[in-house]
Amino acid sequence: MPVRRTDKTPMPVQGAQARAHNFLEVNDGYSIAHAAFEAERCLRCQHPVCVDGCPVHIPIRDFIHEVAAGHMAGAARILRSANPLPAICGRVCPQESQCEAECSMGGRFDPVAIGHLERYVADWERTQPLAIESAITETQKIAIIGAGPSGLVCAGELARLGYPVTIYEALHAPGGVLRYGIPEFRLPKAILDWEIDILKAKGVEIVCNVIIGKTLTLDDLTGKLGYAAVFIGTGAGLPQFLGIPGENLNGVYSANEFLTRINLMRAYDFPNTDTPVRVGKRVAVIGAGNTAMDAVRTALRMGADEAMIVYRRSDEEMSARVEEYHHAIEEGVTFHWLTSPLEVIDDGGGWAAGLRCQRMQLGEPDASGRRRPVPIPDSEFVLPVDNVVLAIGTTPNPLLTRTTSGLATTAKGCLLADDATGLTSKTMVFAGGDAVTGAATVILAAGAGKRAAHAIDAALRANGRDYSTTEASF
Amino acid sequence: MTRILDARQLTPVTKLFRLEAPLIAASARPGQFVMLRVREGGERIPITIADYDRAAGTITIVVQEAGATTRRVCALESGDSLLDVAGPLGSEIDLPPVGHICGVGGGFGSAALLCFMRERSALGDKTTTILGARTRELIILADELARVSGAVEICTDDGSAGFRGLVTGRLARLIAGEGSGRPDAVVAIGPMAMMRAVAETTRPHGIRTLVSMDPLMVDGTGMCGGCRVTVGGQARFACVDGPCFDAHEVDFDTAMRRSKAYVREEKIASDRAGCASGRSGGHASQAH
Repeated sequence: MPVRRTDKTPMPVQGAQARAHNFLEVNDGYSIAHAAFEAERCLRCQHPVCVDGCPVHIPIRDFIHEVAAGHMAGAARILRSANPLPAICGRVCPQESQCEAECSMGGRFDPVAIGHLERYVADWERTQPLAIESAITETQKIAIIGAGPSGLVCAGELARLGYPVTIYEALHAPGGVLRYGIPEFRLPKAILDWEIDILKAKGVEIVCNVIIGKTLTLDDLTGKLGYAAVFIGTGAGLPQFLGIPGENLNGVYSANEFLTRINLMRAYDFPNTDTPVRVGKRVAVIGAGNTAMDAVRTALRMGADEAMIVYRRSDEEMSARVEEYHHAIEEGVTFHWLTSPLEVIDDGGGWAAGLRCQRMQLGEPDASGRRRPVPIPDSEFVLPVDNVVLAIGTTPNPLLTRTTSGLATTAKGCLLADDATGLTSKTMVFAGGDAVTGAATVILAAGAGKRAAHAIDAALRANGRDYSTTEASF
Repeated sequence: MTRILDARQLTPVTKLFRLEAPLIAASARPGQFVMLRVREGGERIPITIADYDRAAGTITIVVQEAGATTRRVCALESGDSLLDVAGPLGSEIDLPPVGHICGVGGGFGSAALLCFMRERSALGDKTTTILGARTRELIILADELARVSGAVEICTDDGSAGFRGLVTGRLARLIAGEGSGRPDAVVAIGPMAMMRAVAETTRPHGIRTLVSMDPLMVDGTGMCGGCRVTVGGQARFACVDGPCFDAHEVDFDTAMRRSKAYVREEKIASDRAGCASGRSGGHASQAH
């Protein structure tokens, strides 16, 4: 093994030149030797602080100990007891700011590669025959709105607790942002399908093409359909636009549209599939979060010669996972930091031809604690582009809240929900994930789904005694 | 899977389907649409709900062959199934009882007037339906609309049925007091050029006019923003805020340009759908 014990065992990856032009997964995954070596780096702390950094509190030390001992089945059991989506979280969690940020090896040395090990164990499990059986023992049924990360985790946890669960999904396939947003090269759909198959094996029912708030109302679920509790995991799917001139020109996409066409609708396989996307030679992606990185790297894979990030702040303020940023650099993405878009320029035929921008400099910190970008006078210039993709954030979709009375929201449209339980302003209606927090991460959504599952369980057990204790007061 | 209970050819390129969709039928309102998909790898296309029967648990849609997906839909028959049907999506036509309502239907857009005119008649509004098409054979659902409207007036470009000329010509006559007289509100559903012409016809008279926009859509639930329509200078999502908007506020130029973004790809897909029969050139995503 060509590494020192002080260094993280590197993740084997597909070469940057090749992968920038295909949709195969970037990371190849550890071998058993990599995993054993990396697991041995764990200090087995008496108080494993890494667990404090994990939103779903995986017993990290314990599963890594099992890996080191070669007990993969044990490791898998421990992982899955805490996280119903380990193969996904091992791939998309920002470990550097969570578990690995707390690791005792960190500081002087590299932290243990907890994410890589989680992925290794989950992938090992995927090679084994599925040994999961439905264990539905309860009679009170629970409805979940949205088959994204928080909904899937909430469902998995409730099924584990014995409840019959039905997930209602608006789109034709489950997964939410895991399917329409995160690209194949970062999270293969086969992995997502496998995790969902496990949930189904546990007895979770998934009903697609039903839009709660349209096809059925939330009150239908608790009323005529007889669900004892509802969990809302509708995410933050509404794309924001900049409101700059030229934004409605052809060739300008929200990141949601761009990624949904390619991921959910498989436009990369057009015309074998029916949904097209038009990606030109030069693509500018506005923003520097994970969605922006996904979009810009997808643009490269769709054949763009130059794929650019345009961001009004600097790399210091970027919110993308560090691994995605490094991969983007390796793949040849170019970065225009401290650059703010002012206008999309028309080619004369209604298509985007350029992006008029302005250089920025960093001023005093703003409300987010990050230094506020301030325009530099007389610094305007035009980037020639064929496409502009806006990855400047999303807000919760208003479909459900518009048609549900008594569901309290913030001014930004986020659902008001109790931090500890997810309970909303409606009796026995819980919520979690991006619908509550605004756009955040898969694992935070998973954590919220898990907490809500336990709160629902507790409330249903308490209901046998006193129903009124589950009222929230907003 | 959603089962097709009836399929009926209305014109050589237009087909009516009655679908078993009890949940959608139970909550559908005039002006709303469904998203449908016909095959794995197929696109999601918006189709306006023409009618619904809550008791029978069925909805009616009318599909015109225009692109790959609509060709595949139109090849289906009674007893076949659609892979995915989701809805009802969008907002209902928002119009208080006003007195005399005139529905203007162009081509297969006429179908979307069925449930609307029926409900307005039931609400006590005076109702007039104007149907337009190039020629007699392309006029659809005239009898059905006659049953739910106070009056039906037909216009054909070639004069083979009803009045010779465009729907806007007839509408102008009504506004001038002919026939059933000046409408208090107009709802136009059909090709973009027709809807724009209706908007220009009513604008000088200050008659409240709604049009049902059919921009390209991917998800139909507010997620992609591809269906944004400029209304009164603001970007609105047709799938959530619409599809019906104030005709006098809609930026039709932008909407027409955006609807043609994928003409090249639609031709490729349509040809691959196996029907390069000289009827190509429409766009794959048509709400009415």
